Amino acid sequence: MPWELKSDRPIYSQLIEQIELRICSGVYPLGSKLPSVRDLAQEAAVNPNTMQRALAKLEEDGLLYTNRTSGRFVTEDVNMIKQVKNRLAKEHVQVFLKKMTELGFDYEEILSIITTIAEEMKE
Amino acid sequence: MSNILECKNVTKVFGAKAALRDVTLNIPRGKIVGLLGPNASGKSTFIKLCNDLLTPTSGEILIDGKKPGVDTKKIVSYLPERNYLNDWMRVSDIIGLFRDFYTDFNEEKAYDMLKRLDINPKDKLKTMSKGTKEKVQLILVMSREAQLYMLDEPIGGVDPAARDYILDTILSNYNENATIIISTHLISDIEKILDEVVFIKEGKIVLTKTVDEIREESGKSVDSLFREVFKC
Repeated sequence: MPWELKSDRPIYSQLIEQIELRICSGVYPLGSKLPSVRDLAQEAAVNPNTMQRALAKLEEDGLLYTNRTSGRFVTEDVNMIKQVKNRLAKEHVQVFLKKMTELGFDYEEILSIITTIAEEMKE
Repeated sequence: MSNILECKNVTKVFGAKAALRDVTLNIPRGKIVGLLGPNASGKSTFIKLCNDLLTPTSGEILIDGKKPGVDTKKIVSYLPERNYLNDWMRVSDIIGLFRDFYTDFNEEKAYDMLKRLDINPKDKLKTMSKGTKEKVQLILVMSREAQLYMLDEPIGGVDPAARDYILDTILSNYNENATIIISTHLISDIEKILDEVVFIKEGKIVLTKTVDEIREESGKSVDSLFREVFKC
């Protein structure tokens, strides 16, 4: 999964989002050990201090935890990850609904478009 | 001491022209700082003053608490804006020179980077393109285990792919107690790796902020803000 960072938003908050996404999608599985700050920073081509800040925030939120001797790990709490997933889903849907409303569709129409496209994609 | 570089009211005048005017700036350890400004804004003058190639007309510069001189050169790794290496030398000769000259030079690191950038250590500098020469110089500078790196336009002449590798090299070789100051106007390429940016305009510092502060406050990239501040 490549790191996608936009240039007009703070890097720190984008790193948090991207790591959350990697945890939710299983790139970093539950309870697994995270790469070092240095490696992650290099992979994302960002400043190590910025990466460190993002990881510290995720730790504060409880999604990551540090074992003093052996490094940083992803939480094993399934519910917590479920919560993050729901939050991310909500954000995506909000953005989507906003755009669809701008295009002039009402709620009923949007639902029917979703159903049709989902059917098409199944085939 | 937490600041690697302290600069107090520094002014540098060339004849009737002031290249730097009353510059006060403190740069902590462990940061990557971008010194950003248009042409002729005083970036190189500032870096030269820090490396004892120029002396301030007034004011004071302290590196690790000392005035620029022999002692600070031991801990500062400087990439000048132009090539100063002898053209007839082979890369391996120059590595030998650096090894003899600087006690903090890591020869192994230099050869490793040459290999990754596909540069033959047996090649003479004069046979190399401008971009390759720049790469060699940057490799030499980044192979020192210095406390302060001052890179004057390090990526100007190299292609975008090599630029990415060079930024990667800077990130991977950077030790967390060292500070890197990079002067450039190729901002969009490097803003992701910077902690802080210093905007310099007509010899004066007009802004010092972290990259994320700039993005947060203005909703713009450092590159866009730069274009706005320095609009011609």
